[in-house]
Amino acid sequence: MTRTARETASSAPLLVAQGLSVRFGGLLALNALDVEVRRGEILGLIGPNGSGKTTFFNVISGVYSASAGSVHFDGVDITNVKPHYLAAHGLARTFQRSRLCLPLSVFDNLALGAVGQLNSGFMHNLISRSAFRAEASKLAEEARELLRVFNPVLADKLFEPTISLGMIDRRRVEICRALIGKPKLVLLDEPSAGMTHDETDMFMNEILQVRKSLGDLTIIIVEHEMNLIERVTSHCVVLNYGKKICEGQFKEVAADPVVREAYLGQS
Amino acid sequence: MSISMQSRRKAAIWPLAIAVALSAAALIALLSIDDQITLGVTLGVIAAGCVLAARFGAVAATEAAGADHPFVLRVLVVLAAIAVLIGLRNDNFGLLMVTTVLIYATVCIGLTIQMGYAGLFNFAGAAFLGIGGYTAALLGPKGVPDLLLLALGGFAAVVVGSLLLLPVLRTRGHYAALATLAFSILFNVFLDANDIFGGPQGLKLQGMVLFGWDFTNDITIAGYTISSYANYAILAGLLTAAAMMLTGFIDRSWIGVWLDAVRLDEVAASVFGLKIGRWKIAAFTIGNFFAGVMGALYAKMTGFIAPSNFTFGDSLTMVSIVILGGIGNRWGVLPAALIVVLLPEKLQFIQEYRFLLFSILVIIILVAWPDGLIARRLRKLEFARR
Repeated sequence: MTRTARETASSAPLLVAQGLSVRFGGLLALNALDVEVRRGEILGLIGPNGSGKTTFFNVISGVYSASAGSVHFDGVDITNVKPHYLAAHGLARTFQRSRLCLPLSVFDNLALGAVGQLNSGFMHNLISRSAFRAEASKLAEEARELLRVFNPVLADKLFEPTISLGMIDRRRVEICRALIGKPKLVLLDEPSAGMTHDETDMFMNEILQVRKSLGDLTIIIVEHEMNLIERVTSHCVVLNYGKKICEGQFKEVAADPVVREAYLGQS
Repeated sequence: MSISMQSRRKAAIWPLAIAVALSAAALIALLSIDDQITLGVTLGVIAAGCVLAARFGAVAATEAAGADHPFVLRVLVVLAAIAVLIGLRNDNFGLLMVTTVLIYATVCIGLTIQMGYAGLFNFAGAAFLGIGGYTAALLGPKGVPDLLLLALGGFAAVVVGSLLLLPVLRTRGHYAALATLAFSILFNVFLDANDIFGGPQGLKLQGMVLFGWDFTNDITIAGYTISSYANYAILAGLLTAAAMMLTGFIDRSWIGVWLDAVRLDEVAASVFGLKIGRWKIAAFTIGNFFAGVMGALYAKMTGFIAPSNFTFGDSLTMVSIVILGGIGNRWGVLPAALIVVLLPEKLQFIQEYRFLLFSILVIIILVAWPDGLIARRLRKLEFARR
């Protein structure tokens, strides 16, 4: 195992995956992957289609279980724990294909992101209704504030059905849902998928602005838009066929012949 | 009517008042008219009224008013209930029908929590009703007080229902529905074959006695006499109201949001911290409890229960009430239960054709309103800051 200079600097890393493997029958979707994410950085996870990026997200967020290896999050072993445990410990994510509850209001979707901070007890919800109402209006205020950073118009649509929103606004809601629970680490799975260049630029600016207001949140981002990766990431990990083939700053990574070969094929 | 335009302001009360008054009048008319032609005309008028009300937004206005003025709604419902009781004071059949409708409606409110909120299709509603009924029939003679008997009926349904939890939690969608369907049939076969439960002949029960008040007594208020059947109607009404309020609170709370999230997207729900199993168990338990309590009341009211009262066909009827009413909308269950329970009874004069007519009506309603009589409204957990 090679340890980079990045790791020895300052505090312990937030997320450490060691020898992480995921096997689906005969397919090794992740093959002995070592990844470290430092506090406060934006790590880019790139690689061709089917290289295991989303699988990596799914295994660290508990949707899939690991076949081998371990994941430590903030010093705690989270290998193969249930997804709901991870949310409570400060891990949030978005999905490649939108997974919002479309018939529900924007507010209801955001509330789901704040499950850990809300009181789900039967007494609180059904009997002491005034305490519940106070909690709900406090969350509504937080939600409006968060949405306003993205789009002031969106903040006024808090109690509209999510299905009535356009695609970009839905993405915004999904990101807000991941952020409203004040996580330590956010996994963004292709936030720009389906957007134009300008839209992606605008959207990423919004995300960076919110990130700043949340005290340099740690983010892992999966993206195909290389301009975006170059702009926002401080460190990149390149996957191909479930293996890490390269890591470093985007410029170094992009110049690496192995990476070029993975993306463009042998020349 | 521009209801959506004034979402910030509170909705007007008058549509609610008119709707409650008309519903009560329609109910009394439907139950007390025996003449075939008059009944046909009344049914036509009610149907036309409902169609017009839906077309011109009166249903939505009524719902909005009810949501904005819960206290007014409660007072109006109590007044309407008193009016119905006075209207039907000597009509034993009418009061029996009202009580049956309320019992079915309450079971279906439970099914709304299970199916409409958590997405657990339960094709064993009648079986859970039966578990409550048989609990009352078996424990009643042992000297258990009747109020406790109602609660025990509910708990028995929950306990027996927990046997179904394993298959229901391990499977999804149609497969979970199939598990409950199998249970429903199993329940009937089991009762038929068991002598402790009276076999196919069933069991007899004593009438209800609550706080020393015998339910076989007529009610006399200020010289007016109301038939003893009103006792059961009042008790059923109170239980329905309690179930309705509790379900309303569930819907307008985090619990309602969590149940919806579990139904709509289990992966997203669990990634954001919900324990899927826990919420499915909660929904299943509450729904079965409602069914069990109402089963005990049903058994006490009819004084006799047999396996044929709790068949798979009855379970199917309950599911169709939920779908007809508008899945996930607890208010829709009331008119739907009325149509499904009452209409076949009132149309007895056309003999077996009544089922044909009734089935056609249900199909027409679902073609005209695919979301049911009253489609579910968007939840708005928007509360004014004090």
